[in-house]
Amino acid sequence: MTAVLQARHLGKRYRRRWALSECTLDVPAGRVVGLVGPNGAGKTTLLSLAGGLLTPTAGTIEVCGGRPGADRAQLARVGFVAQNTPTYARLTVADHLKLGARLSPRWDAGLARQRIQRLGLRSDQQAGSLSGGQRAQLALTVALAKRPELLILDEPVAALDPLARREFLEDLRDATAEQELSVVHSSHLVSDIERVCDHLIVLVASRVRLAGDVRELLATHRVVTAPRLDPAALPAGLHVVSADHTDRRTTMLVRSDSGVDDPAWMTSPVSLEDLTLAYMSQSVPVSEALR
Amino acid sequence: MIWLTWRQFRTQATVAFGAVVVILAALAATGPHLAHLQQTRGDRFLDGIGGLETNLYLGTVLALLVLPALIGMFWGAPLVTRELDAGTHRLAWTMTTRTRWLVAKLGLIGLAAMAASGLLGLAVTWWAGPIDKAIAARNGAPGPGFLLFPRLAPEVFDSRGIVPIGYAAFFFVLGVTIGILVRRTLPAMAILGVLFVAIQITMSMAVRPHLTAPERITTTISSHNMLNINMFDHVTVTIDEPGAWLAAQQTVDAAGRPAAVPSWFVDCVGRSEQERQACFAKLAHLGYRQQVTYHPAGSFWSIQRNETALYLGLTLLLAGFGAWWIRRLSR
Repeated sequence: MTAVLQARHLGKRYRRRWALSECTLDVPAGRVVGLVGPNGAGKTTLLSLAGGLLTPTAGTIEVCGGRPGADRAQLARVGFVAQNTPTYARLTVADHLKLGARLSPRWDAGLARQRIQRLGLRSDQQAGSLSGGQRAQLALTVALAKRPELLILDEPVAALDPLARREFLEDLRDATAEQELSVVHSSHLVSDIERVCDHLIVLVASRVRLAGDVRELLATHRVVTAPRLDPAALPAGLHVVSADHTDRRTTMLVRSDSGVDDPAWMTSPVSLEDLTLAYMSQSVPVSEALR
Repeated sequence: MIWLTWRQFRTQATVAFGAVVVILAALAATGPHLAHLQQTRGDRFLDGIGGLETNLYLGTVLALLVLPALIGMFWGAPLVTRELDAGTHRLAWTMTTRTRWLVAKLGLIGLAAMAASGLLGLAVTWWAGPIDKAIAARNGAPGPGFLLFPRLAPEVFDSRGIVPIGYAAFFFVLGVTIGILVRRTLPAMAILGVLFVAIQITMSMAVRPHLTAPERITTTISSHNMLNINMFDHVTVTIDEPGAWLAAQQTVDAAGRPAAVPSWFVDCVGRSEQERQACFAKLAHLGYRQQVTYHPAGSFWSIQRNETALYLGLTLLLAGFGAWWIRRLSR
């Protein structure tokens, strides 16, 4: 697995508060990676470090083989859509494309024009008068037309209404399918990630709780309902991620590479959301077992 | 990057240069008449200056006095903070390096500020030339109305010659740098305003007198050259140097030590002309003299040049510091 983003013991401190500490993770190349975690997990800090907006206090981070924000060549390799998708309110849509064209060595003017047309944006419209959804689309267009190797999206839909949110994510999915690029997309909502991502990283308190291919994760995890039993008495090869006991029954989320075959048990597939929440609420990191 | 800067700045630039053009037009329309008056009226020229010209004279002096503060507050301070507030720095700084971004902004807007101030400063210097010359010819005695100061005097110096160029560059970059440091627009504007007043006063009182070597002269105090005695019994005189800036003066006694004039002399000033003459003669006989440190009118351009160079040098240092600091900014 080649990594498009590689962090080792990465840390960022603001005065006395660590926003991110001892973060070690690999983002595989060529995937659309969803980065989920509760608020304050360090997602924005991690992505800002990857975009070169912040410099690490500790550890190292490498993006597309270089130091983030080191020079123009490095900046050209990474497309960055920041939180709340900022655009210049007084500049028109056409101005934003012109800005991208002037600053990006690999600017794809055709792609930019096409996207603006398809999205139905008027090119003489000021960005300040666009709806939140349109502004996010414009920011995404500028980032995509840079033809980056890695596209970073920091909660791009956090401020959007449900409809605009869905439109944006569908457009993002189509766009990433057309271009050969790696994507890291952060959100605190698993449903957003589920629409577009094929790889999941769960970040809790700067640590990776879970990382893996979405389909693989769903295939190896099962919700098991069984008569009350002691988790310690489980057969080998089964790992309990979370367990919920009532007087007579036990409901568990288990991970197994071989499948679950006790006839006394009822098994059912797990949703990505339940899976993620189970790992997020865990107190002990289990990601090591999944590497 | 220059394109983006221009695109963001062009409205403000149009307004500013529009105002400059209006002022230049007013000066061009009234300047020749002023020069004509000076030639035909001679000594009575200053008394005959009309309301329009007086207003223009005062207006341009005031405008050029506060212009650097306005540039620093409205072009400088918000330059970076506005982007931080809107989050657009995340768009810009992930597309181009912060250094290039800042250099383009400082370069283009700084040059515009310098051009506007320089144009105004030189135009006003030309327009007010006849008035400045007539005031200088009064040899230290204040002119009528508001036409009081020679152009080397601190009240007028800032609005003449090429120093407005240096001020514009310096206070623009100072505003930007304060913005980078405090990261909020209104506090940055307020800090710049306070610093502007402090720096300009320090400059005219403490630094400018040393920008060229001053001349010194020791003269007797006479009824011709004495201007006034203040409440601390300090005497002020004029010297026979048209348009000179009297930076400092001090009464000395026969031994050459700094001294106040004797109290009998102070009492004597209000008396009849004959008695006054006797007082002045007695003062001179006792060996009291006035030591005057001054810059002759001929030093005007060398002081202008040195002060402008000083401000431009500080501007470059400040810009370097700002560029270094903005790279450390964690936003």
